[in-house]
Amino acid sequence: MNRKYMNPYLAGFLLGLVLLLTFYITGRGLGASGAVKSTVIFAVDKISHQHAQESGYYSQFISDDAHPLNTWLVFEVLGVLAGAFLSGAIAGRLNFKVEHGPRITSRTRLAMAVLGGLMFGLGSQLGRGCTSGAALSGMASLSLAGFITMLAIFGSGYVYAYFFRKLWLK
Amino acid sequence: MGPLIPQGIIGSQWDLVIALLIGIAFGFVLESAGFSSSRKLAGVFYGYDFTVLRVFFTAAITAAIGLVYFDHAGWMDLSIIYVNPTFVSSALTGGAIMGLGFILGGYCPGTSFCGVAIGKIDAMFFTIGMFLGIFIFSEIFPWLEGFYLQRPLGPVKIYETLGISSGLFIFLLILVALAAFIVTDRVEKNIHKNKK
Repeated sequence: MNRKYMNPYLAGFLLGLVLLLTFYITGRGLGASGAVKSTVIFAVDKISHQHAQESGYYSQFISDDAHPLNTWLVFEVLGVLAGAFLSGAIAGRLNFKVEHGPRITSRTRLAMAVLGGLMFGLGSQLGRGCTSGAALSGMASLSLAGFITMLAIFGSGYVYAYFFRKLWLK
Repeated sequence: MGPLIPQGIIGSQWDLVIALLIGIAFGFVLESAGFSSSRKLAGVFYGYDFTVLRVFFTAAITAAIGLVYFDHAGWMDLSIIYVNPTFVSSALTGGAIMGLGFILGGYCPGTSFCGVAIGKIDAMFFTIGMFLGIFIFSEIFPWLEGFYLQRPLGPVKIYETLGISSGLFIFLLILVALAAFIVTDRVEKNIHKNKK
């Protein structure tokens, strides 16, 4: 049985405290897509060190004395996986399944999930961070970039929502 | 006085341990709020579930008030915290591409990790897509670099751009959030009533 989710305002308050604590301890906010970026850089560097060195993007993030996976965000995301697992285990929500709208098949859902992830990956690099790093943490620090990114993600989402309603609605 | 690690009050050898602990709290709260479910997340775009808006807005405001208050009380030096720099063109375009990713994929990066952690197979496919997308971006970066660096404004704060104080801006932000909470609550109730 699925137990009920936490009250959203309480969850938001607690998330805000976690974010505040993160700023207080580390001087910066939370993130997510940066960990995937580090992993991609690590993989490309392993396969072809020369290619990574010559690339204008990867070369900004690789150095000879620091391991590319030894970054703050990689460890934070490992923590996210553990924390979410713990919450899911307590609430009885652990099970393997494909979650999808009533009008599409699992196969369509999985194809769209890959495509959506691909877009989010691309967009997060162009926008210098995703919903966590650029939008949420940016808004908390009152940065202009945080508000622009948040409005662009959610504002554009409402425009696309009409065209892709079959994916989610009855 | 904070921030602790940049000022050497906590040694940087603790950096990654702290990252792991903060990540656990972050993941726990996101999953508890229901962010491991793509249908719940997508609800914000169709009006049947505004949880994302409630959690997101409350969290941003809580942290923003906390930061300004900590600075005011002398507990933290706000001038040395990281403020992400604004590049108008890439922030708008990147955001619009991420919006498409959200509608198609039903997750954002952080929430997809929560889905993965509790066994959502669609979340696992979303993360595979993310690796591909970041790889593609890195490979085509030479062609995008000019655009990526276009219209730089530096690490500006929104209240400076608007020409108001940080306190007034936060006050206005709270008013906007309260209005959004009330309106979306009505919308959500109406949609559920019409379904029955």
